[in-house]
Amino acid sequence: MSSALPATIEDTLALLNQGDYIADRSLATTLFLALKMGRPLFLEGEAGVGKTEIAKVLSKALGRRLVRLQCYEGLDVSSAVYEWNYSRQMIEIRLAEAAGKVDRNKLAMDVMSKDFLIERPLLQALRSDENGPPVLLIDELDRTDEPFEAYLLEILSDYQITIPEIGTIKAEHPPIVIITSNRTREIHDALKRRCLYHWVDYPTAARELQIVTTKLPGINRQLSQQLVAFVQKLREQDLFKLPGVAETLDWADALTQLDKVALDGDAIDNTLGALLKYQDDIAKIRGSEAAQLLEQVKKEMASLDSVRG
Amino acid sequence: MGVDLIQANSTSDNFDPAASRMAENILYFARLLRSAGMPVGPDRVLDAVTAVKTIGIGIREDFYWCMFALFVNRADQRTLFDQAFHIFWRNPRIMDRLMSAMLPTVRVENEQDLEEMSRRLADAMKSGVTEQLKEQESDEIELDAAFTYSKREVLQKIDFEQMTAAELAEAKKAIKHLRLPIMDVPTRRFIRDNRGAQIDMRATLRASLRAGNAIPLKFKRPRRRHPTLVILCDISGSMNRYSRMFLHFMHAVTNDRDRVHTFVFATRLTNISRHLRHRDVDVALDNVADAVNDWAGGTRIGACLKEFNARWSRRVLGQAAITLIISDGLDRDEAAGLEGQMERLSKSTKRLIWLNPLLRYEGFEARAKGIKAMLPWVDDFRSSHNLASLVELGRVLSRD
Repeated sequence: MSSALPATIEDTLALLNQGDYIADRSLATTLFLALKMGRPLFLEGEAGVGKTEIAKVLSKALGRRLVRLQCYEGLDVSSAVYEWNYSRQMIEIRLAEAAGKVDRNKLAMDVMSKDFLIERPLLQALRSDENGPPVLLIDELDRTDEPFEAYLLEILSDYQITIPEIGTIKAEHPPIVIITSNRTREIHDALKRRCLYHWVDYPTAARELQIVTTKLPGINRQLSQQLVAFVQKLREQDLFKLPGVAETLDWADALTQLDKVALDGDAIDNTLGALLKYQDDIAKIRGSEAAQLLEQVKKEMASLDSVRG
Repeated sequence: MGVDLIQANSTSDNFDPAASRMAENILYFARLLRSAGMPVGPDRVLDAVTAVKTIGIGIREDFYWCMFALFVNRADQRTLFDQAFHIFWRNPRIMDRLMSAMLPTVRVENEQDLEEMSRRLADAMKSGVTEQLKEQESDEIELDAAFTYSKREVLQKIDFEQMTAAELAEAKKAIKHLRLPIMDVPTRRFIRDNRGAQIDMRATLRASLRAGNAIPLKFKRPRRRHPTLVILCDISGSMNRYSRMFLHFMHAVTNDRDRVHTFVFATRLTNISRHLRHRDVDVALDNVADAVNDWAGGTRIGACLKEFNARWSRRVLGQAAITLIISDGLDRDEAAGLEGQMERLSKSTKRLIWLNPLLRYEGFEARAKGIKAMLPWVDDFRSSHNLASLVELGRVLSRD
């Protein structure tokens, strides 16, 4: 089942909500534009703020196939775009020779055709199916190297791939392209110029609370409020790696598994590993620092309650 | 001439008069961004006009993010864009924003960026490129003053003289020596090589099509390339007499290979990679002299390394980078926090090499606190007081 592309920014928001993705209006605006203008969407942000999730949710909500290309250093054409099926080609040549017809030029034309091509993600993404063009997720582009980035230029601007032996393969309907980067290095301007840029920031407290309650519907209300406030406080600290939304959710899950209904010093110390991933950071926060932050959180919530009450 | 969003909106159905005015304003906005140093090309402007037509101009927030998506393409341009947007598209709250930007509550991490960018934006607003904005400026003239607050530190600019012919010759010689021995590492890409260890199927198949009965095997081997090189150079007072030579050295290395990131530090850290990329050494060093504000100041190695670790290490130390620290290790902060930062740095980089010009004195001992804190985390400790010792360094780098 495929659904139509959203017609307004509100529709885009609703579409993401429907996939349990609580988005800022800014993100919805950029996504809407990308869909409307047929441009790739370039998402940058710290690790764990939900960049990859957007592509997944989009493919699910629109009922499109998700084609994912995970980037790594040394990613090359044969694992990202296409590869010849060498064994089949060899057999084809042997068969032709055994049959006694060896018109070499014709044979070369025969075995260098689409039938002998193994499609890798990027080539797959140019092919539409009955649900429409797929969602192409190019994940963590910053992990690959500059030559591959340059290779992507043709695909991203014209949605076509040139294979020397065959010619140019062009997408009938351009795929929806989402590119993510953790910014471990800067991506070249030439590539960014072809995309719409969006910086995915850490969510505000209200939005983060909404995300936690959406993803973990059974969570205790007091606990969720406290832990979100605590994480927000933690992001103001001088840490090597700040916790992302993914970490908040992990932590919330961990605390729920431990049947906690409110934060306390021990619980925080024991589960801090779900939130912080560097030993230095954990050592810094564990104990008195955590207790102090918790104290602040409790005070603020109490004063909020008294204002309301 | 500022844009009247409300009026444009009211006629958004019959788009023409308002649209052409909107397009014009977007063009001016793009010019403002460009003269403030953001790379905004004409293609982006056309896209922006299309985008605005697509979303309509009813809601200010949508309009903001629409412009953002098209004109911003690096995270560090966000602050500049935000300020420019609010100034250009007339926000009544602009003064509040400016005030808050000047208060010390701003996150320290961004303070330097903010200051630098605001000044750039102020310059752009003043420059002739945006003459068309004059009318708008007239009622916001006091903004200029707000943008250009003075630097806190006592600035000591260094005026690089022209190089003498002898120096030039020496530097050229050093460059030549540096180019030869460059350590490289195997990558996961391949290059055709008939003495290679792996079969290149694609080439083999092509050859066999030509050859007939036999299958002539073709081989490949992993392509090798040099890793990223990050240079952190101390330009504090105690290093003063060497800093010019090191800048020449860094310029030579930057122009010799790609993937070189250069930083200088004394009391604060400055990324000078872009400045050094200029081919002409004198122009490059002039640019550096303008960009750096803490020449020959005191040294805060720990604080500068901390900033490097927090802001840059994840961006430049990927892909097995090698880090070169050029410093005498004499720290004004009594090595406060230095050891922890060195540990973090040595764990994030493949190899950490320390060049110390003091090492040339015989009987040099690691007595200063800074040196003691740094030494355990260094893979290689080298002398570097003249060009000859830098050539020696070339040999170190060529070793795997």
